[in-house]
Order: sequence, then C-alpha cells, then structure tokens
Amino acid sequence: MNEPLPESGPAPLSPAHSREETDRLIAAGESTAAREALAALWRQSSGPATAGFIVSRFEKLRAQLPFTSCRVAILRSFTIEPVIPLLRATAFVGGIDLHVQLGDFDVYTQEILEGGSALYSFEPQVVILAAHTADAAPDLWENFADLSAAEVDAAVRRVGGHFQNLLNLFRTKSKAHLIIHSLQTPAIPSNGVLDAGMEMGQRQAIESINEALAKTARETNNVYVLDYNALVARHGQTQWDDRRKWLSSRMPIAAPQLIHLARQWMRFIHPITGKVAKAIAVDLDNTLWGGVVGEDGMDGIKLSADHKGGAWRDVQRVLLDLYRRGIILAICSKNNPAEAMEAIAKHPGMLLRPEHFAAVRTNWNDKATNLREIAAELNIGLDAIAFLDDNPVERDWVRRQLPEVTVIELPAEPMGFAAALRDSPVFERLSLSTEDRERGRHYAEQRQRAELQQSTGTIEDFYRSLHMKVEILPVDAPSLARAAQLTQKTNQFNLTTRRYSEEQMAELMRSPQWNLMTIRVVDRFGDNGIVGLSMMKTEAGVSEIDTFLLSCRVIGRTVETAFLSVIAETSRRAGATHLTGRFLPSPKNAPAGKFYASHGFTLKALGDPLPEAGETWTFDLRNRTIAFPVWIENVKP
Amino acid sequence: MTDTIETQVLQTASDIFGVPIQSLSLDSSPQTVEGWDSVQHLNLILALEESTGTQIDPEDIEQMKTLGDVVELIRLKKSV
Repeated sequence: MNEPLPESGPAPLSPAHSREETDRLIAAGESTAAREALAALWRQSSGPATAGFIVSRFEKLRAQLPFTSCRVAILRSFTIEPVIPLLRATAFVGGIDLHVQLGDFDVYTQEILEGGSALYSFEPQVVILAAHTADAAPDLWENFADLSAAEVDAAVRRVGGHFQNLLNLFRTKSKAHLIIHSLQTPAIPSNGVLDAGMEMGQRQAIESINEALAKTARETNNVYVLDYNALVARHGQTQWDDRRKWLSSRMPIAAPQLIHLARQWMRFIHPITGKVAKAIAVDLDNTLWGGVVGEDGMDGIKLSADHKGGAWRDVQRVLLDLYRRGIILAICSKNNPAEAMEAIAKHPGMLLRPEHFAAVRTNWNDKATNLREIAAELNIGLDAIAFLDDNPVERDWVRRQLPEVTVIELPAEPMGFAAALRDSPVFERLSLSTEDRERGRHYAEQRQRAELQQSTGTIEDFYRSLHMKVEILPVDAPSLARAAQLTQKTNQFNLTTRRYSEEQMAELMRSPQWNLMTIRVVDRFGDNGIVGLSMMKTEAGVSEIDTFLLSCRVIGRTVETAFLSVIAETSRRAGATHLTGRFLPSPKNAPAGKFYASHGFTLKALGDPLPEAGETWTFDLRNRTIAFPVWIENVKP
Repeated sequence: MTDTIETQVLQTASDIFGVPIQSLSLDSSPQTVEGWDSVQHLNLILALEESTGTQIDPEDIEQMKTLGDVVELIRLKKSV
C-alpha cells in the first residue's frame, strides 16, 4: 500500500527551537526522534557553539541507542583541542561514540618511543598523527631560502627517516590503525614563482618527504596517509591558515576550517569501525536523470554531458565509481517498471545499465517497504544500506521509518548532487581486494540467478541449471588474507562469529591439529571466488568445527552441504570418530541456526559445560556420511 | 541587543563547559566553574567568535576573567 506522505519536506526549526525540541524528546524517552533532531541541528549548524550541545545530548542517549564505540588517540605537534567537540559531534551523528585521548603538545615522538606512555596504556583502536611542517621540518618551512642544495637534501632524508622509524616502532608496540597527516606546503614558497622551476624547490622538498611517508604506509599494515595538502586545497589555503591563532595559541588552522579536518578523520574512522554502507539504493526520476520518465518519455529526460543533463550524468559517474569499489547498487523508485527499465537499458546518456543493479524495486509502494525488501533480497542489514533521493519528503520519510538506513542529504540544486554523494564517509574503504572489485557483478549475477529460479520448475531443476562447481582447498599464503577477511566480515551464515586476524590464522595453519579450508564456487553466471571458510581442530578422536561460514551470496544453493560433506570426510580420514560443532547465536546469524539440525547432527545433552552460551551438536562419523549434492561438481586440483 | 548578547554568552558557556545555564552568571569565572580550563577557554572564544561574528584579539583573551568581561568585550566589538 502507498502510505500518505506530507505535502512538503519538514521546515527547519530555528537552532534555539531545535534545542528545546531535542530536550523535550529526550525527556519523553523518544530517543530515535531525538537523534534525528540532533542530526538535523548539526547539518544546519556545525560549529563549536553547537558541538558542545550535540555531544552532551548524545551522551544522555548513549544507553538507549546503538552506537559503535571507538578509542582514538591524537598525537599532534600543535594546538588542536577545539577540534575534539566537533569530531565527537560528527561521530555521534554518524553512529559512532568516540573516546578521545589527546597527547601532550608536541611530544608525539616521545609518546611513540616510550613503551609505557599514556598512548599505549590508553589502548587506542585508532591513532592520528598530526604534525605540522613548521614543527617537523622547521628548516624547510621557515629558512628554506638559507639552505644549500646539500642541506635541503639532508633535511628531506632526516625527516623522512624520522617518520619511517617512528611508524616502524609504533607497529611493533601497537596493533592500532594509524592515520598520519602528510606535511603541508606553504601558501607562497620562500623563493616565490621560482620555486616551481627549481631542481629541488621548497614545495618539492616537502612533497619528497610525503612520498617517503606514502611508501612507508604502503609497506606497513594498517597505516594510512591523510593527504593534508589536498584537504587544505579543497577548502582554500588562504582560508585555512590562520597566522593570528598560530602566533597566539599555536593553532595553525582557522577555527571555521576545523570541522573539515574532523570530517576528513571520520572518512578513515568509518571504514575502520565498519560503520559503512555495503549498498546504495537510488531513486530514478530527478535523481539518476532529470525529469520524469513517465511524463517526459525516454527522449524527454535530461541526461547528457552538457549543462542540461550533466548534473545527473555526474551522479551516475559517482555511482559507477562506488560500484567499482565493491558497493552494491539497487533501484528504489516510484515508476512503471517497463518505462524505467527501458530508459536504463536504452537511453544513450546512461552510464549505468541494468547489469549494474543487484536489486530493483520500481513500483508504487512506499520506499521504506521497498528498502526492507531490498535488504532482505541482498541478504544485508538495513544498517548497511544508504539511500539516495532528490525528494526531501522521501528522505524524511525513510529517516523516520528506518533510522538504521544512511540517508544521503542532497542540496536543492542538482549540480551539487554528485559532490554531496562523494562527500559521504560511509562509502570509504581503506583497502580494495579483488573480491571487492568484483562484488557488484557477483550480486547482479545473483539477481539473474533468482530470475532463473522463478522460470525453472522444481528446486532440484534449479540447482542443476546453475552448473555449480566447488573447489575446496587448504588455506595457503595467497588465500590467507581473504580467509581472515571472511571471519571479520561474515555475520549471517556464520555459526560461531569468531574473528581471526591474518597473524592468528597463520599461527593455526602451522599447528598439525588444525585444518583450515576455503571453498570457491563457480557457476554458469560467473566465478564467485572464495566465499566460505571452515576451521577444524582434531583432538582425541573428535573433530571440532571451530568456524564455519559462507558469504550470503551463495546461501540456499546446497553449497553448505557440499562443504560439510567434505569436512566430514576429511575428519574421518584424520582419524576422528565424531564431528562436533557449536552454534553461538548472534544478533545476525539466525540464517545459520538450523544448519546442524538439518544435516543430521544431534544436540548434545544439556549440562555439558560450555565456555560460551550456545548449542553443541555432534555427528557420529563411524556409521554415517553426509551426501555430496549430485548437482555440484567437486573440482580437485 | 544587550540581553541577546548576554543570553548568547551564557548559553555558549553552558554548552562548552557542560553545566546548566542556570548555574552560570556574569560573575562566573575559571575559579567558580568546574571545567573552565585553558583549553575550554579557547573553545569558548572560538564558539563566541562564530556565534557573534566577531574576531577577539589575543590581548583581549587574557583580559577576560569572568563571563561579565566576555559580555562587555563582545558588546564593545559589536558597537564599533
């Protein structure tokens, strides 16, 4: 049914009124509405005066709302204190509760060097290292014109080497993610326009240090460079630098720019904490193209490289970039399906085509219902979905109905849509695997498989029609990273939800008791890659399944049965008489709840001492087997 | 206008120091308000610069001993 929507979007309240309204909602126990009011206030005014209010009210809501908490230590060479309320307010609005520890003024080197420093005893998950060129390389910043070529070269090596040592040492003492600012170049170099033509000018000298930083970061786990010059350039260096605050309080950044630094940090913290969107559901009319296809017809909609349709083509370009980054695209629009799909398939200006979309809802249902269906079809949570719509009424409706969904705020002017979309931190990724790059295609193929299922008769006919092949192999060096990533990311078809790092898994691989296997699935629509993992420990005649997980895109196709059949056979050959497995319920793994029961395992009697809550299931290997599905081919190397 | 500036300063101070607005007065100072340290002093200045659209000089920052001084200073800036 089509739910009635109000005539227009919500009128913004005055800041004073918003505050009163927020306090009323908190007092009334309406925490979700209070969060929306705070988010709206923060969008309207995100300066230091509002930040204190936002943080104090979110602290009251902490117990009622699900926040991801994260400990951040900031090491800095300059005054940065005023950024902290801005950072915490921005994080709270994004669903993250940040605990921030600020290192003392300009002692970052000592804090990293000393084993028992405040830095390490805080046990941060994220460390930000923000040094200013004036502090880290005072000679290059202040007296560049006095230096000989040899002295410049020595300074570049000294500073680059210093940071490399610091980062290496840090990595031996902490597993935290580290975000390091690259060094800023001056607005006007010491030698003026001559600098650009010099063999090693001031700008180039500082950039050489930054290149060395980037190299160290590439070679060190979980170290990321924040491109400080790009950030400053985006907001204008003459607006950014504040000489007056620098001289009076050692704060080099103008106060109105601090929010941009806080947001840039959040672009790293979102992917680190997993507060990211895996999929984006987009509206069509006036979002993906200009105009309404149902009224203007396919030839009448605006979509081209010039000024008439460029705004929407830009939006499509950003979405295509996200698709290449592994973010799943879906359509959630109020259209007649035939008209909409014809435009997507045939309009010459489209950059996106039907094969880019993994789920399609073009109907007249309300968008919250459609988003719920899209989440279910893609097998992801609503909190992993972002929503893009030009209509503020639809955005408001979705915010109210589905507070878990990330609604992308858009300006009234379509020329600003693409930039607003790029600005969202929920699409950031800190590394990109081959699996990520292929993900969008995998999901779109999945949609084609589902369509095939509807057109085939019995379920067995469907399985046969898929022409599935699986390859089950021990985890080795090339597959280790993917195997560890699967334990980190798989939530739904995951029996125990135990997370392992690459280091921990490598340790287990060396143990003769442990047996770690991955499964790769290929079908007529394509290669799904490595989509599952099992970890078994065999001891005193019993094989225990410590971990069994499958990516949701292959669930429901008997791949899990094939995998379990091979596990049982492997255990029998390793001398086990029994196979046991646990199911540890989590908020997300209900789809795996019936796995052992449906494969003939028996529930162990209660009273069995369990270190964790959950069920223990057992299977007698002496007189029973688990049949390998006949419609799957088991490829052996 | 006077009342607006006074309310604005008290409201901003209440947000920054995290204390109820009723507990603050023009006599409030770092000695009477818990949490009013040098860092929060800087935060207060930045918030006031933003909300009142003024630029406060480093010399003036040192002169601001109470919220009354702050109100006085901003009133002066606004009247120029």
